[in-house]
Amino acid sequence: MAQTRMIRLTVNGETGSYTVPVRQNLVDFIRNDLGLTGSHVGCEHGVCGACSIEVNGDLVRGCLMFAVQADGAEITTIEGLAESGRGAALRAAFTARNALQCGYCTPGMLATALDYVEGGGAADRDAIRAHLSGNYCRCTGYQSIVDAVCDVIEGRVEA
Amino acid sequence: MSGPLTIFDRPRDYIGQPVPRADTKRLLQGRGTFIDDIQLPRMLHAAFVRSSVAHGVITGIDVAEARALPGVVAVYTGADIAPHVEPYVGVLSHLAGLRSAPQMPLAVGVTRWIGEPLAMIVAQSRAVAEDAAALVTVEIDPLEAVTDMETALDPATPVIHAEMDSNLAWERTVDVGDVDAAFARDDVTVVERRFRFGRHTGVTLETRGAVAAYDPSEDELTFWYSGQAPHMMQFIFAKHLGLPEENVRVVSQDVGGSFGIKIHTYGDEVATALAAKLLGRPVKFVADRMESFLSDIHARDHVVDGRIAVDAEGRVAALAFDDITGIGPFSMYPRTSAIEANQVLNLTGAPYVIGNYRAHAKVVFQNKNMMCQYRAVGHPIAMAVADCLLEDAAHEIGMDVVEIRRRNLIPDDAYPTQSASGMKLDDLSHHKSLETLVETMDYDARRAEHAKLREDGIYRGLGLISMVEVTNPSPMFYGIGGAPIASQDGATIRLDAGGGVHVSSSVTEQGQGTNAILAQIAADVFGVPIARVKVTTGDTRTTPYGGGTWASRGAGIGGEACLQAAQALKEQVLEVAAVILQSAPGKLDIRAGAVVDAEGGAERMTLSDLARTVYYRGNELPADLKPELVATRHYRVTDFPFVFTNCAMAAEVEVDPETGFVQVLNFWAVEDCGRVINPVLVDEQVRGGVVQGIGGALYEECIYDAEGQLQNATMADYLVPMAFEMPDIVVKHVETPTKTSVLGAKGAGEAGTGGAPGAVMNAVNDALRPLGAEIHQMPMTPERILRALGKV
Amino acid sequence: MKAADFAYEKPGNLADALALLADPDRDASPLAGGQSLVPMMNFRMAMPDLLVDLGALDELRGIAPGAAGGLTIGAMTRYADLEASELVATHAPLIAMALPHIAHAAIRYRGTIGGSVALADPAAEMPALMLAMDAEIEAQSSQGSRRIRAAEFFTGIYDTALAPGELVTAIHITAAPEGRRFAFYELARRHGDYAMAGVAVAATGTNRADPRIAFFSVSDRPVRAIRAEAALQAGDAEDAMAALDEIDFAGDLNADARTKRHLAGVVLKRALGRL
Repeated sequence: MAQTRMIRLTVNGETGSYTVPVRQNLVDFIRNDLGLTGSHVGCEHGVCGACSIEVNGDLVRGCLMFAVQADGAEITTIEGLAESGRGAALRAAFTARNALQCGYCTPGMLATALDYVEGGGAADRDAIRAHLSGNYCRCTGYQSIVDAVCDVIEGRVEA
Repeated sequence: MSGPLTIFDRPRDYIGQPVPRADTKRLLQGRGTFIDDIQLPRMLHAAFVRSSVAHGVITGIDVAEARALPGVVAVYTGADIAPHVEPYVGVLSHLAGLRSAPQMPLAVGVTRWIGEPLAMIVAQSRAVAEDAAALVTVEIDPLEAVTDMETALDPATPVIHAEMDSNLAWERTVDVGDVDAAFARDDVTVVERRFRFGRHTGVTLETRGAVAAYDPSEDELTFWYSGQAPHMMQFIFAKHLGLPEENVRVVSQDVGGSFGIKIHTYGDEVATALAAKLLGRPVKFVADRMESFLSDIHARDHVVDGRIAVDAEGRVAALAFDDITGIGPFSMYPRTSAIEANQVLNLTGAPYVIGNYRAHAKVVFQNKNMMCQYRAVGHPIAMAVADCLLEDAAHEIGMDVVEIRRRNLIPDDAYPTQSASGMKLDDLSHHKSLETLVETMDYDARRAEHAKLREDGIYRGLGLISMVEVTNPSPMFYGIGGAPIASQDGATIRLDAGGGVHVSSSVTEQGQGTNAILAQIAADVFGVPIARVKVTTGDTRTTPYGGGTWASRGAGIGGEACLQAAQALKEQVLEVAAVILQSAPGKLDIRAGAVVDAEGGAERMTLSDLARTVYYRGNELPADLKPELVATRHYRVTDFPFVFTNCAMAAEVEVDPETGFVQVLNFWAVEDCGRVINPVLVDEQVRGGVVQGIGGALYEECIYDAEGQLQNATMADYLVPMAFEMPDIVVKHVETPTKTSVLGAKGAGEAGTGGAPGAVMNAVNDALRPLGAEIHQMPMTPERILRALGKV
Repeated sequence: MKAADFAYEKPGNLADALALLADPDRDASPLAGGQSLVPMMNFRMAMPDLLVDLGALDELRGIAPGAAGGLTIGAMTRYADLEASELVATHAPLIAMALPHIAHAAIRYRGTIGGSVALADPAAEMPALMLAMDAEIEAQSSQGSRRIRAAEFFTGIYDTALAPGELVTAIHITAAPEGRRFAFYELARRHGDYAMAGVAVAATGTNRADPRIAFFSVSDRPVRAIRAEAALQAGDAEDAMAALDEIDFAGDLNADARTKRHLAGVVLKRALGRL
């Protein structure tokens, strides 16, 4: 029988207690149990970056943590960013630059870009590319994403 | 074929403008609906037991332990499924001689590639289904695996399908002019090269997946899938699962990348639909990343022996090549796996005036995963072979690579004409595109800079490509051969009571911006603000019948249908307005959501007023006026098999001769896709395509061992292009609208992927040439470059 | 690709963790940052019976000056903490140089130094850094504690001198002598990937005295190039490059053994150029 644990955590500002199978990874829990399907699963081995979310203020791969490890954590997903308004400038810049096509990489790309921008990153294309280098996008060729991040850092976007 | 006055004869607000895609806002808030986001009541989850042997007789499958595992609802083997599925065979009648063997969703009797589904587990969760899959024991008597395509036809090689005399699937020769005589001329220089193109695959970030639900009370199957061709899949499920076609509904919502990967008949997806039918409960299957590498179609994997003869003036006297490609154990259904080789035969050298042309291709079976149509089908091979031979020949005779193109490209005023292989060509601009490229990239200055840098031991190179691109296919592509693939598409446009407009189209959205350009066209042509246009695509129940989005046909074909439907709706509305306003249709127009005087533009009534009158207060209308406020139009290309586009590209690379590493420093593309509907979206198509092409040139390869085992079926080991290594890409446009439609749009989705590999190969060889090395194998990995340099 | 089921414990102190790991009847695996273990579990290449989550062991976190200079780094210290540390930049500059090359930001927020050392991936940077810095790895079990020199710690592919039930608890980096210099160079196909070949070098003064040369991603374990060190000590960098045949090169998907041999020479040359 699957082994389970009770965890208590706060996701996008909402605190709750949940019983989870200990083998369930964090992004599966967020998607399937909480219904927050904006975080995406792309590889389940930590390479593609689509499941990147914020846990206790840190950018992490949702597929490389078990949900049980998040007991007590504060988590923010793409839905939480939209609700709180955080990252609005990036979202506006992504739309203006068409920095997404299919949108599947977008939750992780946005989280990683936000980590860079809020971390005080410079509008340096190589540095931005380095920071985004763990997030795979098959559609755009990356340039428009780098453009969008630069626009935000250099204040060319009204959120 | 355009009428007297069209949308292009008056001011437009949207067509040609960089209108932001409405869809991005939804996706940026995490509000998309991809396959794994769908949760249905009582839904079950599938996992598959896949073959770990490339070729062997299945002597036993023991599923007892799996079946007994709590949470498992059903376990099916190939034998369990066989009675419920009509086998499918991937052949098309217009590819004369193409053969394949009947396929079933799960292997029956013999397994033929590592990754082939052998058994299906249906359970309460994917995790439990995987637990059960691990408990299935499969006994296989191994047979010799046929993995090397170059020896697949040797008499000593075992035949994969017992009913066939060899592993040959298809063979075709194109022979034009007198090739032998041209090569025998004593005034020509002949260059011969062997090209190797590695196997690669699409790596859509959303893996393949489907949710199937069956309602036995209505005998109805609903199949949500991540894919590009809903109506094609509707036919396939109906035919092979024995359902009336109208009882099958196929829905594609958000699709997380496709690139030709998600447009084929995959056994695991057919089995998912069947399981839903057998169980009467929804079943979800989402491939994990390893399954994706093992079972998504692969592409390329060609070996080409090519040669070119040029005279002292640089004119091509003849081009000839032999191509061999291994496609796996079956030809994919229903598009077949011979199309890529056929494209190579049809497209190689197509930008150039070539009177003597011989192309020969062999397509062979092998015990690897199947190959089929992936973005820019055949183009990377065709373009690299012709343009690498051409540039190598230019160097042999001491001519600049731009100059040799000027002397051989079909003149811009020579259309209509045809290619060496006989493809009909029109409305192309190779010379204008090349000259724009040369100017944009500052060609001469860069050449000079490279020469200077070489003195300091820095090896940079430039490589160009002039290419054609197949877009807007007509029925001559698939339908003529018997495939259930529509080449026409339809659009229905409806004016709603609130004055908004609803567009329903049979082309699909995979992120290119199909929905956005349909809205732009509808808004401009009908005359409403774009915010008042809603678009539905991807549902066989609610959209007109059509082919979907592939082969860069969404804008050109789907867009034209939308334009015509919007025009028809406008005419209807003006007719009604003329009656209500006691005017004449010709004196009225629709602008910004209102009926206005054509002269002067004074508002006469809003569209909402008109629609509410029609829908709510029909009593105010004359009895003989029966307005519909909805119009449907369908469109197909009739004059040409394809509407070709052209593109000129250049890559600038730096090769590190100590490490073999290649960095792409700059990339330029000048694309002529006819009318540009949305420059941002077109540029994105080109850039994303170029990066996929750079992937094929430098990074991506499905590496198999001699036993047919894929060695790098993870994202850590299969190297897709990532942000850090990719260059910024300059995109420019030449606009030569196609005369086949009013809209004038051609496709733009294939060029980057099709042309970048050859440009990069030319650039690498340009950098290597002073070092006495050359490479004609993709991907051009550091190790292969070190070998070319004799360093290892 | 879901992990097989397992039992999960999250002990609140080290003694309890070691007791759980000591049980000979259970295939227990410690879970540190999980950035290598969890993917292996998702692939079902690792299927431990018991996962002992070290996440609550605050005593294993932190960077402190060592007793005799140098540094002591708790095993559960994350890469992100190392990146932000002035102490690391000052006393373990090799680590600071290598960190930007180790995977990506999201991985560095979770991955730990102890986890990487204990995993002993021959392609990873951290084990080779341990060799180049002559670090000591502190291991504890319910039986007690010991320190293992890096040179004795890495014994094969994913293999270490750790005994069953032993856990890496800290890394001890000895104080570098005055004038000690460091250099790091790696060649990766893509930024953040495992390298095709990489090297960490330490030496003292402009004459490169007492050199340490440690390669990664060239063999079945991180390897010191003893003869190359001797050649460098003797003052001949060319000889150092030529002496690399002492290494038992092992190929992978990106480079066969011969290519590894070639690239090892290149990365050493380039690292020495930065020394």
